[in-house]
Amino acid sequence: MSNSNFTRRGVLKSGAVAGAGVALPTIFTASSAAAYTNEPMGSSVTLGFNVPQSGPYADEGADELRAYQLAVEHLNGEGDGGMMNTFSSKALQGNGILGKKVEYVTGDTQTKSDAARASAKSMIEKDGAVMITGGSSSGVAIAVQGLCQEAGVIFMAGLTHSNDTTGKDKKANGFRHFFNAYMSGAALAPVLAARYGSDRKAYHLTADYTWGWTQEESIVASTEALGWETVNTVKTPLAATDFSSYITPVLQTDADVLVLNHYGGNMVNSLTNAVQFGLREKQVNGRNFEIVVPLFSRLMARGAGENIKGILGSTNWHWSLTDEGSQAFVKSFGTKYGFPPSQAAHTVYCQTLLYADACERAGTFNPCGVVEALEGFEFDGLGNGKTTYRADDHQCFKDVLVVRGKENPTSEFDLLEVVEVTPVEQVTYDPNHPMFAGGNLGACNEGA
Amino acid sequence: MDAILLQILNGLDKGSAYALIALGLTLIFGTLGVVNFAHGALFMIGAFCAVSLQRLLSLSFETVDPTRTDFLGNPLKVKTPYIESWFGPETGAAIIDWSVPLAILFSIPIMLLVGFIMERGLIKHFYKRPHADQILVTFGLAIVLQELVKHWFGANPIQTGAPEAFKGSFDFGVLLGFDPNLIIYPYWRMVYFGFAAVIVAAVFAFLQFTTFGMVVRAGMADRETVGLLGINIDKRFTIMFGLAAAVAGLAGVMYAPINSPNYHMGMDFLVLSFVVVVVGGMGSLPGAVLAGFMLGILESFASMNWIKSMIPGIDQIIIYLVAIAILLTRPRGLMGRKGVMED
Repeated sequence: MSNSNFTRRGVLKSGAVAGAGVALPTIFTASSAAAYTNEPMGSSVTLGFNVPQSGPYADEGADELRAYQLAVEHLNGEGDGGMMNTFSSKALQGNGILGKKVEYVTGDTQTKSDAARASAKSMIEKDGAVMITGGSSSGVAIAVQGLCQEAGVIFMAGLTHSNDTTGKDKKANGFRHFFNAYMSGAALAPVLAARYGSDRKAYHLTADYTWGWTQEESIVASTEALGWETVNTVKTPLAATDFSSYITPVLQTDADVLVLNHYGGNMVNSLTNAVQFGLREKQVNGRNFEIVVPLFSRLMARGAGENIKGILGSTNWHWSLTDEGSQAFVKSFGTKYGFPPSQAAHTVYCQTLLYADACERAGTFNPCGVVEALEGFEFDGLGNGKTTYRADDHQCFKDVLVVRGKENPTSEFDLLEVVEVTPVEQVTYDPNHPMFAGGNLGACNEGA
Repeated sequence: MDAILLQILNGLDKGSAYALIALGLTLIFGTLGVVNFAHGALFMIGAFCAVSLQRLLSLSFETVDPTRTDFLGNPLKVKTPYIESWFGPETGAAIIDWSVPLAILFSIPIMLLVGFIMERGLIKHFYKRPHADQILVTFGLAIVLQELVKHWFGANPIQTGAPEAFKGSFDFGVLLGFDPNLIIYPYWRMVYFGFAAVIVAAVFAFLQFTTFGMVVRAGMADRETVGLLGINIDKRFTIMFGLAAAVAGLAGVMYAPINSPNYHMGMDFLVLSFVVVVVGGMGSLPGAVLAGFMLGILESFASMNWIKSMIPGIDQIIIYLVAIAILLTRPRGLMGRKGVMED
């Protein structure tokens, strides 16, 4: 027979004392030993990849994750090196970042701002991520960028196209490689005017959230500047699936162009509905009715099938580009995964390399050092020609592609063809441009 | 006038989908007393039956074309569907082109089986449990089914086109004396409306004119008495569950060319279809059909620009406003039985 002295209260007390004892060293290292949030102390550094692994943009998120994994391989000296070989900066040596092996954790944004913030917070607080990157939605990017600013870590945005990300919601710790709605308008409008004439009447259907609003504003401004008239702008709910009741009123107007400020499933469905209702065969005043999709994505164009043929839009990057950097990335990605990368994959791969390179050049992971290294950084060899990370708003400035749905695709990936590479000068704007006004970059935050 | 006619036409196909889903929902509620939140998932599975058959028919073998290269610069692998090599290019292409109508035949046994497994494997254990339990378990099942579909088919919509013969649209305006291109309506949406009408008529005829249907209707009215007469009503109700699943599945198959199927489409329709059932009257088959078309047309009207400019956001809430008004003034719904939802 044995006597036990364990009581429920005793166990709780012992547990609390033991827990405090275990936590004490961590509290010290977190608050006083580290110079900045999540300063890597060991032989590795952890990056946080926050992408939609569920929800409507899960396919884009999966492609982003593939690109991140490829970038980590290349940074650690594995694989063929991809665009590290063509990148104009030669600071990266293939031995990790600052000699520390690159490791990563992933989070699921679910394309919901609250879920994205929760997963980013968890990666920063529990996993010690020194940088957060990813996302396939502007709403999510803006939310996570704000969180990273508060937490004192760098945020390298993924696929976010709203002007607000580097406009009124810009933050010192946040950087965007992807182009934005203003750039789409500036690149696309001259092509539209040249092909369809400068006296067109446009009807806009717009997804009712930050990205849709800024894209509509940008396209309206750029097309009206070239002589187009805007007949109507109609907001459509993000959750809409059948757009027929929004498409049919177009028939009652004298509009001869329909601009679909939609992305993802919205774009697939609205474009499909527009084609079903005969808009592509419609004639107005002896001219063909035209449909425009200002932001194209190859992954989503696949869902629209034949309907995208001949339709003009813009994109950040396309795998068919023949420059050395794009070819190296397509070869590396295609060999590993068996299909070409999407623009989402390209932009996040670039962001990972750019962050790592900035750390190397700054000689530190300290966010303020990284910010200093990235601000005004000029580079080449990452697939978009000469590019600058503007210091005023942390937006990348580079050439923009105007693309068209291909008439005779040779494969399931061959959906878009590049119509024009719009030079960076044409899409550059003043940092105080009204569409980007109202924000304040503020000072970098190193946390800790 | 032309705008009103156009919105009525618009409401018909949306109303057709609501009516078909709501018909199955109310059939299940009327026979088994189960509130089935997985019914939208059955609609989604039906649409993916169309996607699956299209993919099955498009299964291909690869031949290397040395004259062309792929994205990596390797010789291009050209895919040729087996069906085209078996039946010749033209016949094979025509069979693939008609994959959605063919999927009607393909989906019926699948949906009956899915319905049977769902009812026997899970839902029958919840007959005597509160409605809240039924809602929780069927909602959970719906999420599991949609995640399985997403895992298998991906998150992006998959285009599943109508046969070439039904592409394009019909100019009703010219027929009615309006200017051309003012009132046009896609051929496939007309087909969908006609198909929905045939299915609804077939279900009603089955319940009205067959012995089986008569027993089911008797069971719906007084399950206990029918049981006392020595009739195994449970077995018939299980068959009715399969039938309701097949109706939802067929609605999904034919809807695939209207909006490219995606894993979430069932959820998009589910809530609205429940509102349709409540407005029509829980357990009332004619009520479900009437409310389906009525709410589909109302929703279309509410999205007209001049109405939205007067009441912003009305297109998103009109159906719920009608539901609130009906529940306040006539809790049993438009054609519901006296006593149902009124205690």
